[in-house]
Amino acid sequence: MDKKTPLYDTHVKAKGKIVSFAGYLLPVQYEGVMAEHMAVRERCGLFDVSHMGEFVLTGKDAGKNLNALLTNDYSHMEDGQARYSPMCNEQGGVVDDLIVYKVREDHYFIVVNAANKEKDLAWMQAHIFGDAVCQDVSDRVALIALQGPKADQILKKLVPDEAIPKKYYTCKFDQNLQGIRCGISKTGYTGEEGYEFYLEGKDAPAFWDLLMKAGKEEGLAACGLGARDTLRLEAAMPLYGHEMDDEITPLETGLGSFVKMEKQDFTGKSALLKSGEPKRLRVGLKVVGRGIVREQMDVYGNGKLVGKTTSGTHCPYLGYAVAMALLSKDYTQPGTRVEVEVRGRKVEAEVVSLPFYKRKKQ
Amino acid sequence: MQFPEELKYVKSHEWIKVEGDQARIGISDYAQDALGDLVFVNLPEVGDEVEAGDVFADVESVKAVSDIYSPVSGIVAAVNEELMENPEKINVDPYGAWMILVEKITETEECMDAAQYREYIENQE
Repeated sequence: MDKKTPLYDTHVKAKGKIVSFAGYLLPVQYEGVMAEHMAVRERCGLFDVSHMGEFVLTGKDAGKNLNALLTNDYSHMEDGQARYSPMCNEQGGVVDDLIVYKVREDHYFIVVNAANKEKDLAWMQAHIFGDAVCQDVSDRVALIALQGPKADQILKKLVPDEAIPKKYYTCKFDQNLQGIRCGISKTGYTGEEGYEFYLEGKDAPAFWDLLMKAGKEEGLAACGLGARDTLRLEAAMPLYGHEMDDEITPLETGLGSFVKMEKQDFTGKSALLKSGEPKRLRVGLKVVGRGIVREQMDVYGNGKLVGKTTSGTHCPYLGYAVAMALLSKDYTQPGTRVEVEVRGRKVEAEVVSLPFYKRKKQ
Repeated sequence: MQFPEELKYVKSHEWIKVEGDQARIGISDYAQDALGDLVFVNLPEVGDEVEAGDVFADVESVKAVSDIYSPVSGIVAAVNEELMENPEKINVDPYGAWMILVEKITETEECMDAAQYREYIENQE
């Protein structure tokens, strides 16, 4: 049985097209993927991402546990700071990728992928040591994302300036937005400036309406999962289950900057050391021929199989089709021509540097 | 949602317009709405053979690819090349945006008129 997020009735009332995703009933689109995608690039969009999983890790040894479990370094963090990391298995594959917030000393808030919630909790609890407790609080927490160049302007109508985090990957906890308690985080998954709000499920419908009303002038659009995927893909942000999984290492995905090999030890480190330089790497492909490349399609270079695509779509903002692929190292130089087999047809593509889309600095 | 009276419809949501001994084929308003924003169309070539109940084209939205089935058997007499450049025309005007014109028709699928098709869709939802 699929779960409903606290905003289910809001989506149905607003005529969102509901689909089942990672065990949740969520809107794939409202007005249309293209219109929603463009709204986020040019104005602003609002997303219900309450399906994401949230854990709380507490205890004197919480920080040590993070450093042992995750590939990134959690030794020096300020309160309110957020840090992204892959979480590896013993073979160096990825159990999940997640964001850890330091709420205060010995108290962390972790956001994981919806589809991996149970797996992650089991993994963490199997590896936890010392004075540390990890709890799944997903069912109590709603998560709403406000993304786009107008996000700041809209948020300023609802909270005083000091409630708004200024630095990317920081969060202000325990804020009051028009009477609703929430955490305001300067993060997102669209390639635009924006905020994510953590709040109690029961407050989510009122919170959603407040934001939609406040953003009316700016042309704020309710957005579904469809646009969330095209936006992250256009911005070349990796997605678990596509660009990484239990058998793909974070180094192959190109996440080396989040893997601190100089750290004393973490799960997966010895396997990553042993395998050395990755033999395949994530690349961007721009489709040159006629067609749209999707995930799990074979890629050929000089007539031989050199890898597989991991995600692909037509990019609404850029106006052309792109894909990400894991390709053998010899075929990862920008400018390299390859062919992708699209339902029996070979479609030409060119390796390009990532990201496909990068927002202009204001 | 619009279902013009002069057209016939099949269960896989294509429409047919009979023009003498030829048939023009496209997809219904219901189909374009269900597919979402179309960004790519792959059409057959003039002279290709199409078979009733078989795939003759595919269309892609931002999210997914879908096959389009021919309601008739025959030979492709003309192709709406314009759709290859502007697939969004199918979303804007599904009945103006015909895909192929078929001649030498030997077989036609069981068709519905507009009222029957409307009822068919309502029962599906």
